[in-house]
Amino acid sequence: MTLANLEIGATARVKSVRGNGRISKRLMEMGIVPGVLIRVIKTAPFGDPIEVRVRGYSLAMRRNEAETIEVIETN
Amino acid sequence: MEALNNTKTIENPQTVIRNSQLTVALAGNPNAGKTTLFNALTGMRQKTANYSGVTVERKEGNWTVENEHLKLIDLPGLYSLDATSLDEKIAREILMGKLAEVPKPSAVIAVVDATNLERNLYLVTQLLEFGIPVIIALTMVDLAEKQNLEIDVKKLSKFLKIPVIAVKAKQKIGIEELSNEVLKTAKSLEKPKTTWISNGNGFSETIEEDDIHLSLSDNQAANKQIFARYNFISEVYQQSVKPFDESEARFSEKIDRILTHKFFGLVILVAILLLVFQTIFTWAALPMDLLDAGFGSLGEFVGNQMSEGILRDLIVDGIIAGVGGILIFLPQILLLFLFISILEDTGYMARAAFLLDKLMSRVGLHGKAFLPLMSSFACAIPGIMATRTIENRRDRLATIMIAPFMSCSARLPVYALMIAAFFAGQTVFGFISLGAVLMLAMYSLGIFVAVIAAFVLKKTILKSPPPPFVMELPPYRLPNFRTVIQNMFTRALLFIKRAGTIILAISIILWALMYFPRSGEQSAVSSQQSAVKIQEDDNSGSPIIEDQIVSSQLENSYAGMLGHTIEPVISPLGFDWKIGVAIIASFAAREVLVSTLSIIYNVGDDATEESPTLINAIRNAKKSDGSKVWTPLTALSLMVFFVLAMQCMSTLAIVRRETNSWSWVIFMFGYMTVLAYIASLITYQGGRFLGFS
Repeated sequence: MTLANLEIGATARVKSVRGNGRISKRLMEMGIVPGVLIRVIKTAPFGDPIEVRVRGYSLAMRRNEAETIEVIETN
Repeated sequence: MEALNNTKTIENPQTVIRNSQLTVALAGNPNAGKTTLFNALTGMRQKTANYSGVTVERKEGNWTVENEHLKLIDLPGLYSLDATSLDEKIAREILMGKLAEVPKPSAVIAVVDATNLERNLYLVTQLLEFGIPVIIALTMVDLAEKQNLEIDVKKLSKFLKIPVIAVKAKQKIGIEELSNEVLKTAKSLEKPKTTWISNGNGFSETIEEDDIHLSLSDNQAANKQIFARYNFISEVYQQSVKPFDESEARFSEKIDRILTHKFFGLVILVAILLLVFQTIFTWAALPMDLLDAGFGSLGEFVGNQMSEGILRDLIVDGIIAGVGGILIFLPQILLLFLFISILEDTGYMARAAFLLDKLMSRVGLHGKAFLPLMSSFACAIPGIMATRTIENRRDRLATIMIAPFMSCSARLPVYALMIAAFFAGQTVFGFISLGAVLMLAMYSLGIFVAVIAAFVLKKTILKSPPPPFVMELPPYRLPNFRTVIQNMFTRALLFIKRAGTIILAISIILWALMYFPRSGEQSAVSSQQSAVKIQEDDNSGSPIIEDQIVSSQLENSYAGMLGHTIEPVISPLGFDWKIGVAIIASFAAREVLVSTLSIIYNVGDDATEESPTLINAIRNAKKSDGSKVWTPLTALSLMVFFVLAMQCMSTLAIVRRETNSWSWVIFMFGYMTVLAYIASLITYQGGRFLGFS
């Protein structure tokens, strides 16, 4: 399951960030590393991007990027 | 405060002693309160420029601590130092002492947002690897207190092995302590004894600079490093911070429920933009008139002091009028930057990018392109300068190429004159003024064409995969008044400096085009001239004759000849040679169209877009066959032309600078002019076909 599959309001634990490129690196630099808790806050008017909350702050990313983040839902 | 330097081992003193002035760098995440702290430390003694060859803003200030003058370098806002963006690369080179123009800093102040500790500490773990002493300035502590976020500063300092000082920049709390700590650290001639290396082993002896990030090219190893850093941070965090309630964050979430709402969010965004533009129009009017009058009297004063001749004409008509013409727009630019600063500082700008990203990405642009494009409504020059936040070169180029389609403030006088002359007092549905509708239509046309152009560019010559969009949505905060004001003036100054020099040069060239060759007998007022003589001008004769002489001179000048030469090309758009001259002259700056038309129509060159004589002159100007030169359709066609045409040499000069290539400049000029011509042709010929005149 990836972050893009989560419902709004759901919380999950990050399992891994796929890929070795700049995007995955940037995501990890922003604190999305394996083990961290992440919550989906909302989606933008046209369904994309999404807003998530991680390490106490809000981050926006596109669905493309969210799809590279493997998560385990924790509810 | 526990400093980590206990043993006084002087490693290489000569490198430090050589610099009489100590350099200190200020580093931090965006939105961490870095600018506020920078202002608090340096006051107004700061200057902004660019790092040579690149477009990263270089901000420096003088900082005096106990009679010691330190040079404070404000690094760009950073999340990381891994050199994936230009900002990161520059910051990295400064910290490694590899940038010739900046001496290697003796200490780094890391600005850390207390309410966003974990991610802010990430940059600190990287800073620690550079072998420069790091001092943490913990900001937003008052907000952290409000959230019941308890941070044990002593423990934090102990775990990180560097000084941590809580500061409230606005109330000047902690500033003195920070200053003394930095001075002490920067003056001591030693490197940090230990440093954090993210090889999984935690702290170890300081390594040589060349060893830093040896594994950068290996992405897998790089990801492991990031993971190791965050593991370390999590440990530090758990030890020094008590769990807190996220009420403040919830406050932002509550606001966001409305401001980024699927429907209301967009409505509010449009409303805010309308409000901003409305305010820019109304508030800027008075200072603009004052500036206009000021430059008018300056020109008059200088004119009276000097004896007649080319030099006087050059100074009065070329330099003062030309430079004055661009400076008149300063109030609007200041106001726009004021609003941009406020929107940025409150955190709304990021939401706007969030709301619009899907639309932007459909045409292949990044949500971040929103800000440069928005700035371009004031002036494409700062807008194009602002594109440096876009990391991908192709996305950045696409944004630069479409930025001039946004109707800048220099187009306003053109729209305003056309509307005042041909559409004033008319309404749509009985209550909406036609002028306002047309104004909105011109802005929309620019945006519409920009969208299409971006789409085509991204599908063809600037093809690239969709850019990543990973952007922080900072919590809503009240803007810091001083930061906003300072930000506004810094950017305005940058604009004046950059635009001023180019405008000056082009003003002189255009002045010469209109001034030479000098016609021998100035009394030669051509028959064509009298044909367009304005009936209304029934006041005293002498100024009219003088204006006619000027007008005749213009017709016989190189610019006038050019106007006649291009007349066959532009007549299908409804323009005659006089409008041609005005279009050529407006390359200096679009609003020059107004003053050039004033000269051509004999009403003196001090007319404004609201001046009734100019409006009457335009309305009544006749062709040789007696039909009117200007119709509402001509006016509309000219407005459309001005929306799309690349009528601004300053913008082209900036594009040359930013893209470092003439071919992009030529491409921009070419494709915009062709589009403008086609759109005007469709407007004029289509309008006539439909029976309008």
